[in-house]
Amino acid sequence: MELICPAGTPSSLRTAVDAGADAVYCGFRNETNARNFPGLNFSPEELAEGVTYAHRRGAKVLVAINTFPRAGAIGLWHQAVDDAVKAGAAALILCDIGLMAYTAEHYPGTRLHVSVQAAAANVDAIRFYVERFNAKRVVLPRVLSVPEIAAITRGTACEVEVFVFGGLCAMAEGRCSLSSYATGLSPNMNGVCSPASHVAYEEQHGTITSRLGGFTINKFGSGEPAAYPTLCKGRFRTDLSTGYIFEDPVSLDAATLLPGLRDAGVTALKIEGRQRSRAYIENVVRSFREALSALDEGRPIPAGMLRPLSEGQSNTLGAYRKTWR
Amino acid sequence: MTPSHTSTAAFPAFVSAALRPLPLGPLQLFLSAVLRRIVRHHPRIFDRLGAHAGKRYGLAPSDLPFAFVLHTAPHAPRIVVVRSLPERLDARIAGPLRALIGMADGSFDGDALFFSRTIAVEGNIEAVLALRNAVDDAGVDVLREGAAVLGPLGQFGEALMRHQRNRSTADRPGSTASGSGEASSWN
Amino acid sequence: MKLTLGPVLYNWEPSVWRDFYFRIADEAPVDVVCVGEVVCSKRLPFFQDLVPEVVERLAAAGKEVLLSSQALITLERERRQTASLAREADLLVEANDVTALAHLVGRPHAVGPYVNVYNESTLAWLARNGASRVCLPPELPASSIVALAKACSDVELEVWSFGRVPLAISARCYHARLHKLTKDNCQFVCGKDPDGLPTDTLDGQAFLSVNGVQTLSSTYANLIGSLPDLAAMGVAACRLSPQTCDMIAVASAFRGVANGMLDPAEGQHALDLICAEASFSNGFFSGTAGAHHKAAAAV
Repeated sequence: MELICPAGTPSSLRTAVDAGADAVYCGFRNETNARNFPGLNFSPEELAEGVTYAHRRGAKVLVAINTFPRAGAIGLWHQAVDDAVKAGAAALILCDIGLMAYTAEHYPGTRLHVSVQAAAANVDAIRFYVERFNAKRVVLPRVLSVPEIAAITRGTACEVEVFVFGGLCAMAEGRCSLSSYATGLSPNMNGVCSPASHVAYEEQHGTITSRLGGFTINKFGSGEPAAYPTLCKGRFRTDLSTGYIFEDPVSLDAATLLPGLRDAGVTALKIEGRQRSRAYIENVVRSFREALSALDEGRPIPAGMLRPLSEGQSNTLGAYRKTWR
Repeated sequence: MTPSHTSTAAFPAFVSAALRPLPLGPLQLFLSAVLRRIVRHHPRIFDRLGAHAGKRYGLAPSDLPFAFVLHTAPHAPRIVVVRSLPERLDARIAGPLRALIGMADGSFDGDALFFSRTIAVEGNIEAVLALRNAVDDAGVDVLREGAAVLGPLGQFGEALMRHQRNRSTADRPGSTASGSGEASSWN
Repeated sequence: MKLTLGPVLYNWEPSVWRDFYFRIADEAPVDVVCVGEVVCSKRLPFFQDLVPEVVERLAAAGKEVLLSSQALITLERERRQTASLAREADLLVEANDVTALAHLVGRPHAVGPYVNVYNESTLAWLARNGASRVCLPPELPASSIVALAKACSDVELEVWSFGRVPLAISARCYHARLHKLTKDNCQFVCGKDPDGLPTDTLDGQAFLSVNGVQTLSSTYANLIGSLPDLAAMGVAACRLSPQTCDMIAVASAFRGVANGMLDPAEGQHALDLICAEASFSNGFFSGTAGAHHKAAAAV
């Protein structure tokens, strides 16, 4: 299985390649990608340099253009596709139907990957992207169990990529407007979720209150692990109970599921975290490279090694293991 | 090996106490020289800061009796040592000095330090992220730049600081993580 | 301006569900009515047998009927249901996911608000492949709606104009989770909240509304004050999403403003009385946080 690793900056790209990534994915420094965060991402020149660096060491670079182009301003997204192809991207990771049509028409030789933001969660949806736009790979949304993934790989010739580590959406990706409801900025339109520009932390007597767009998202007592004020991982109040109604502030860590994912026919494993530091990338990539070696050699895969890097300092298997099935 | 992000050991209290009465003047000269070196070696930082170049950040090492104001003006960045941070800043980042330095040189992950409550941030969070990402990309080796300014004496100090930091990065993460080894499942 | 009544998003008692549509057929001044289960496939068996008589009554009353497909399809059973709906239905099917679209391309169909149509390029692709009407994603600002309407005159564009805004859909059931039940043994507890389960911030501010696997806004979207603007932009229809308030009265207020019988302020006043419990929002339309609300004149 290929290991697909995040890079938010040129340094991170080099770090990921050196730590054992088969491919690195990154985006341009604007709203054409879903990690449109301050201080992150690549200029076309930096991307070309990154591709050269990766190629010299046998790694590939994939470019995520995974927001939905704004009506009346599609040129910016077309430019991103043009620039990525020119820089030597091994594949483009796309979610918008119109942008896929543009890419398939203008660059039929370029590999098209269906972004997780397209939320193609079953074989019919995948077939749509394969038949219409010649998609070569689909990144599955994080709503499926391992047996469901196995059923998908059996039902399609399209390569399947799944997330194995990092932040995860509790909601189906690319179909969530929680962030824009509170802030006006969304993953789909602006490439940001619960953006830092609308975050406020207030500390009083050791308790941190986090707010997003003025809405209280969480409160952490002294010593309690903190989390981003991501809407779906906040504490809320209902008549039935108060707490993490949607999802705890946890990260995905599917290292222990690698044998099952391999047997399910998965082609590539993806690590989330283009917004994270080189220290995170170095550790997570190296750890998964070791886990894959262990898998190949039939050794047991170490569990929970990366918890200190995780949100809320704890991990989940997410939807991969559904106890209610 | 994953560095621990919960046990970035602080300076012992006696060190902090010993530093308290010292005049800030020499430190100010030293830091200004270090900043000049950093800017010279990492010109891309300001490019990455983008719209946030020009912001004023308060850096408050929780284990030292003074703090720093970093003014990220693109052509004339300044760092000022203060006994306590002024009110009017764009953002404040507080935590053990070693954590702050480790974020700059890439040995610590800023998010993980925040999750574990080792560092605290306030103010314009977007500005904090921009600075964190710009510095992380540049890979600013604060200790080396500092040592270079100080000359031979600095190399001794750098070795001492690295020894201190390595002690904390060498902690096995398993010893600091809470809960069982088994990750939870969805329901 | 046409008025479309969206599908009931909540788990209503089957008899309540049927009687609601009967009343819509008999009394509501709407042109198009959507019928179907968009949120959770487990609810469908309860009212499936009532669909033919509801469709018949609506059609007899002169309403155009659309059959709405499910928004998130992960189970094999759901995939088969969607395929047979898309392939076999006699009526126009509204695709709420690419899964349905996969079966519908090349034939006339409608596209629902859960399919990501953000730009003229995607809209044009869908139009070329058979989409005759498209209900736009509720988070689109007026500036995008204008650009879309200008670019594609052969598709009827519809805008989310009334009712809680669907903000997210998940594989996880939050109603079951709140009741400490598993999704497979959920006991259909979402039926206890026919207008959604209020979900507030820790400071007690109304924020969201849980509806099984779907999360909606606490506020009701309300664009009645912007109807003249929508018409001027070239929007063909307004979608009214069923809530437990008097939807006949809601539709009448919208009809009144659309016809110029009421001015927007009068329409707003009527809605204030009809949905006395609700807070309204129009922030998405004005390009700010969706939860915001500006008086009509300021939009």
